[in-house]
Amino acid sequence: MSRGERGQGALWSGLAPVRPDAPLLALDARLRILALGAFALVAVGLGHWPPLLATLLLASALALAAALPLRATLKALLVLDGFMLAALLLLPFTLPGTPLFTLFGLPASVEGLHRALLIALKANAVLLAALALVGSLETVALGHALHHLRLPDKLVQLFLFSVRYLDLIQREYARLRLAMRARAFVPRSNLHTWRSYGYLFGMLLVRALARAERIQAAMRCRGFDGHYHHFRHPPAGAHDLQFALLFGATLGALLAWELLV
Amino acid sequence: MHIVDGILSPPVLLVGSGLTLLGVAKGLRALDAEQTPKAALLCALLFVASLVHVPVGPSSAHLMLLGLAGLLLGWVVFPVLLIVLTLQALLFGFGGITSLGVNTLNMAVPALLAARLCGGDALCATTPRGAVVRGALAGGGAILLAACLVALSLGLSGGEFWLAGQLAVVANLPVILLEGALTAAAVLLLHRVQPSALVLRLH
Repeated sequence: MSRGERGQGALWSGLAPVRPDAPLLALDARLRILALGAFALVAVGLGHWPPLLATLLLASALALAAALPLRATLKALLVLDGFMLAALLLLPFTLPGTPLFTLFGLPASVEGLHRALLIALKANAVLLAALALVGSLETVALGHALHHLRLPDKLVQLFLFSVRYLDLIQREYARLRLAMRARAFVPRSNLHTWRSYGYLFGMLLVRALARAERIQAAMRCRGFDGHYHHFRHPPAGAHDLQFALLFGATLGALLAWELLV
Repeated sequence: MHIVDGILSPPVLLVGSGLTLLGVAKGLRALDAEQTPKAALLCALLFVASLVHVPVGPSSAHLMLLGLAGLLLGWVVFPVLLIVLTLQALLFGFGGITSLGVNTLNMAVPALLAARLCGGDALCATTPRGAVVRGALAGGGAILLAACLVALSLGLSGGEFWLAGQLAVVANLPVILLEGALTAAAVLLLHRVQPSALVLRLH
């Protein structure tokens, strides 16, 4: 697992911004979450070229404003495009319409190609905005913001606890995996490998459950009553309001453009 | 198995998100506050598992452990998978934002069904051989059902996506074998070492 070996922090905090003083990072976390929701809905709702290209530009501007690291961001986008490649490549052949070219006797339609490109634009724009607006947040800050957005306490706690344990489980996994390597285990495509991984995760579970018991006992001993203290968030400031107005107006303009095209 | 933004039609998105909302609410009600660390540790485990690639045939697949998740979490699998998928989307760009609800539903329902059909007290009381069979059915069956639900969500969003959906099912056939064998081994180990874990009560 090469990702985990990059070390602590790199994996669990999303894409660390290049400059900590980037303008977007000063914005209220709640506002960033709401902005992403609005952006995603608008982008997915658009159906024409020009406004969609504009959303991609807007998302790129957000990424710049959040000072996202270029390489890691491009890598995430590539992963996304890899995910949907198969579905998109099929579209020209499955969506009937004006034939563009034929492959092995199958006609590819202009409409299908058009549709596939639109989907690719939407997915990339939303992901880029997600990485810029919310992915750049520290995961703990995200949890606290979700609390202030009135999400159920239990869900927020589950989120915060999970984020806390990611690194722990990851290390435990690495340790067990190392023990297997010390016994000359090399993963191959066979039943032995699959069974060995099964035992590995079974053992990981046993250890996780034992740890859960200890944590529970420790929390009970401190009188945990189902609530935690959350950081107080300062009320949204003037620049938050400015961003909200500007961003809202931009999204509104995009929707208007969509209706006019 | 993740569906990205921009593919699903509004009705599919709305119905999927609505059902996920209900499932998450039910899962949170089922979760006792004291059991939060246990659920969170399992959530972290599922996330770590999703980064592990295991060779299957000439290629490799990342683990999902849906069957195992269902057996150990019950309804709590809904909020847990929602968190796993949210983290995956925000940290790595796997999946989408608007499709979070549908993606959660597609994975949580099979996990829950696997648990209902193969898990519970019967799994705890069965022989080791029985545990292997039930584990394999839960692990493999959950993946098969999840792939079918993905195909269904795609197909309902537009006839032009049916083929892609069918391909998704076919592409996941080897993964069914992998997850079946893997879950069987994990369940066998739990059955031997800590059978109480298999009737894990989160409430």
